[in-house]
Amino acid sequence: MRHRLAAVLVAALGASAGCKHETHDVRPAQELSQSPGGVVLSTLFAGGVPSAIAGTLKDSQQNAYAMNEGKRLFDAYNCTGCHAHGGGAIGPALMDAKWIYGSSPENVYQTIVEGRPNGMPSFRGKIPDFQVAQLVAYVRSMPGLAGGFWAPGRNDAMQVKPGENTVSAQAPVRAPGAPPP
Amino acid sequence: MRPPASRPRSLEAPVRLGLCAVLLLAATGCHERAVAASRAEPDGDWPVVGKDYQNRRFSELEQIATGNVSRLKVAWTFSTGIPKGHEGAPLIVGDTMYLVTPFPNRAYAFDLRNPGGPPKWIYEPQPSAAAQGVACCDVVNRGPAFWQGKLFFNLLDDQTVAVDAATGKEAWRTRLGDINHGESMTMAPLVVKGKVLVGNSGGEFGVRGWLAALDAGTGKLLWRAYSTGPDGDCLIGPDFHPFYAQDRGKDLGLHTWPPDHWRQGGGTVWGFVSYDPALDLIYYGTANPGVWNPDMRPGDNKWSAGIFARRPVDGHAVWFYQWSPHDLYDHDGVNEDVLVDLPLGGRTRAVLGHADRNGYFYLLDRATGQVLSATPFATVNSSHGVDLQTGRLLPAEDKKPRQGRVVRDVCPAAPGAKDWQPMAFSPQTGWFYIPHNNLCEDIETTDASYIAGTPYVGANVRYHAGPGGNRGSFTAWDPVAGKAVWRLSESFPAWSGALATAGGLVFYGDMEGWFKAVDARTGVLLWKFQTGSGVIGQPVSYRGPDGKQYVAVFSGVGGWAGAVVSGDLDPRDATAGNGWGATMKDLPGRTSKGGTLYVFALP
Repeated sequence: MRHRLAAVLVAALGASAGCKHETHDVRPAQELSQSPGGVVLSTLFAGGVPSAIAGTLKDSQQNAYAMNEGKRLFDAYNCTGCHAHGGGAIGPALMDAKWIYGSSPENVYQTIVEGRPNGMPSFRGKIPDFQVAQLVAYVRSMPGLAGGFWAPGRNDAMQVKPGENTVSAQAPVRAPGAPPP
Repeated sequence: MRPPASRPRSLEAPVRLGLCAVLLLAATGCHERAVAASRAEPDGDWPVVGKDYQNRRFSELEQIATGNVSRLKVAWTFSTGIPKGHEGAPLIVGDTMYLVTPFPNRAYAFDLRNPGGPPKWIYEPQPSAAAQGVACCDVVNRGPAFWQGKLFFNLLDDQTVAVDAATGKEAWRTRLGDINHGESMTMAPLVVKGKVLVGNSGGEFGVRGWLAALDAGTGKLLWRAYSTGPDGDCLIGPDFHPFYAQDRGKDLGLHTWPPDHWRQGGGTVWGFVSYDPALDLIYYGTANPGVWNPDMRPGDNKWSAGIFARRPVDGHAVWFYQWSPHDLYDHDGVNEDVLVDLPLGGRTRAVLGHADRNGYFYLLDRATGQVLSATPFATVNSSHGVDLQTGRLLPAEDKKPRQGRVVRDVCPAAPGAKDWQPMAFSPQTGWFYIPHNNLCEDIETTDASYIAGTPYVGANVRYHAGPGGNRGSFTAWDPVAGKAVWRLSESFPAWSGALATAGGLVFYGDMEGWFKAVDARTGVLLWKFQTGSGVIGQPVSYRGPDGKQYVAVFSGVGGWAGAVVSGDLDPRDATAGNGWGATMKDLPGRTSKGGTLYVFALP
């Protein structure tokens, strides 16, 4: 009896730990805002105060809900128009291992919010931070950087590529001509 | 002695000659003039991308002919240093060659009097780098126009520039659009009566299409005719007499759209413009209506996916015909209109030939806009034909896209039976030579949000080869009989332009890099040369200062069809490049990026 209870407890503990990727904040505090300071690219903070959105960005990266929302938003904000479903079109492919402006969540956040000089538009002031964080999580799932455990499996729409959760992680490489990190 | 380069003869003379050549076939008048013209030295210049105002792409030079083309060799080459799609054409006037590269749209003049064509000048217009983000289909430029000592061309970031052809100094530049509304400019201008005619691109960004006329001397905007919106904006007034009832009525550019949708209605003008000096009319096509998803824009969506005839002096519309009312498949109507005179029904008629994305080869009376014939030149299952009484395309119900449903095996696909790749017409055979596609698609339409400066599409598409398994064809088309005379199968879409010559030859290139010469009568391959990168440029022919005939073409894969290579796309996504991923996945193994001008001559 005691053994069975212990087994149930262990199973429940395991399940709750494994369910981190299912938890999400349905009403984010700053739902309509973008942090004025954006992200920082250093882990050393003068004054000792870290970036306001670092937590949001970090929490979204291993979270199935955030990634699935990111996939929906990728279409809603017309990202598909330029990057197709990750294969690229007007803009570069995102499902390959090449990263022109860096693969870290902070780099991808910056690319979306600040834009890049060769045609990536700036979405500054247009997409709230928690959605940018969801987009970042989804973009990084395309080449398998997010881990298959959290990544979406199939499309609501026409299946045009392998599911993100089937992509084995591709070590990021710098695209030819990309600026140094 | 040839006439001075700046005289308009090089444009006007072939118009008459071509007319007479065809009229001769019909055994009517013009005999003396044709004989007189044939005694004169054939025109060796190539002053606009389509060779002449009729867009025939026919060179009267006959030194390179069926009997000796097998000995054709490279004379010289020039690398642009830009590994993007090269859809342009070099121009040749007198002893100088001019060319414009893809973005960043550098212009060069080469001195043909010296071996290897050393540059005379280089002009760097420095367009905005951000413009690359609104170029739907690679950062191409389809070439400049030469007129009275100036070279005119468009920059990707919505500026038109004029450069002094002798010195390379900028004469003027005029900004005509805004990349923040998704606009770009890629087309080759045409200069008619001192007016530089230019239009915008951006049909995948919800832009509002227009054609503008600029003063060739100053760059001042003289008029701008929009393709959507109220009649006043579209320069539609009392002179407007469309042939069919479906195109008559007040403010159709407003009322054939859901409220205010015309503001994002597309109808961009990125193809080639033609001009008939006798009727004093310009002709050009309008592109797809804004947002591909047709369920979001009920109505005929005028004046998209059609053709306008306008007066060059004030831009006023004279007639309009809509190839694809309420376009369902991104079937832009911008394909070139080639002006020819053909014996039809026992008399010679002034017509224009047009091979549309929707798969039909049209002959229109170019005075009235009446459709004389519309015959499929490729596989079509998305429509049943064109009703010649009403002028209306008859769509197939089972191939209509419906939001939220995947409609499979629709032919032709979004790039159409033929995309931008311009055809040639030979007055020797009376046939058109059409480089084109053999593509079908699966399409699923989705809701799209309009965000200015970002794409506005609302469709997931994936293309595949049509019947036969080849993705392209090169077809000799008899417009009078309305049938193909011969047809060559191409593995990839035939994405280059065509060139016909008086030597009985037709030139075109393929996306694997082969540049080819075939017999204009039989289609038999007589010569080919591997240029190193896919050929999607417009071949031209000219007579050099040494009296020899040359053939020139860009090699440099890219464009919409070749973006898989030029844009490093990942073909695991079938929709990469907006539909090309799956069907072009073998292209990176067949060719690589490039950007080189090749010039060929007999040894």
